[in-house]
Amino acid sequence: MSGHSVEEIRKETRVYVLVFVALAVLTLVTVGVSYLHLSFGAAVALALFIASIKGTLVAAFFMHLISERKLVVAVLVLTAIFFVALMLLPLGGYVDRLR
Amino acid sequence: MQIPYTVEQRPDTGLYNAKLGVWLFLASEVMLFGALFSALILLRTGATTWPHGYEVLNVPLATMNTMVLITSSVSMVMSWAALRLGDFGRYRKWMGLTFVLGLVFMVIKSIEYAAKFEHHLYPSHDNFMATYFTLTGLHGLHVLGGMIVIGYLLGPGSKMWKSEPERFTNRVEVVGLYWHFVDLVWIFLFPTLYLL
Repeated sequence: MSGHSVEEIRKETRVYVLVFVALAVLTLVTVGVSYLHLSFGAAVALALFIASIKGTLVAAFFMHLISERKLVVAVLVLTAIFFVALMLLPLGGYVDRLR
Repeated sequence: MQIPYTVEQRPDTGLYNAKLGVWLFLASEVMLFGALFSALILLRTGATTWPHGYEVLNVPLATMNTMVLITSSVSMVMSWAALRLGDFGRYRKWMGLTFVLGLVFMVIKSIEYAAKFEHHLYPSHDNFMATYFTLTGLHGLHVLGGMIVIGYLLGPGSKMWKSEPERFTNRVEVVGLYWHFVDLVWIFLFPTLYLL
């Protein structure tokens, strides 16, 4: 139906279960780390690092980006560039306040 | 007139049209949520005082909701896999579970909102609450939108399985991509709002 054999699809479903377990464990790690009361900078860095790993797992396996066409990847790279620019915008305000 | 490339791949893109369409839509969604995350950074770095999320918000409930959404993501991808294996009965079970988990997420979220309103914490209270309600409210609307489409694919929309099984499988894949994106947004919202 989708160009994959039954065995390949069954193998994929086993990977989905493993990803699910990894996501659940990482969620508990995120919560656990928040109880360590790290400095704000370290807490932000660690929380975003774990969230990025989880996000990558979801995008790569559940959204099957790992085997997706180049066009989709190109669209996402372009989006990522604009997204980073958007995240850096507040930096302008911060620099302005420092002056 | 027949809609082109609902099943077969377009020669120039290598994708069926709905898949490219949903990825472009998700790109616009990244910018929508990105703008709000950017506003959060601006407000937080500019504020003299800003509460820690865990002091004001209910972390155990949000952790539970994270687990619920992750589970719904795996049930969604399992429903798609079931269709690819030609097992419609199993598809209905997994998709039904996804719908129920979406509902559980919304119920937990409304319990959380009700507790905030009880303590007179509204969006007008301060910038933190305004950001919290805007981000989680917009995300909740996305969950609700996804549930409507999932409900359609479980109900009247599922008739397509008999007439055009491959097109129906592609529809489920596309809705799945949207649903996983909603999960992905929550993965970042959860630590940003509740744990920092």
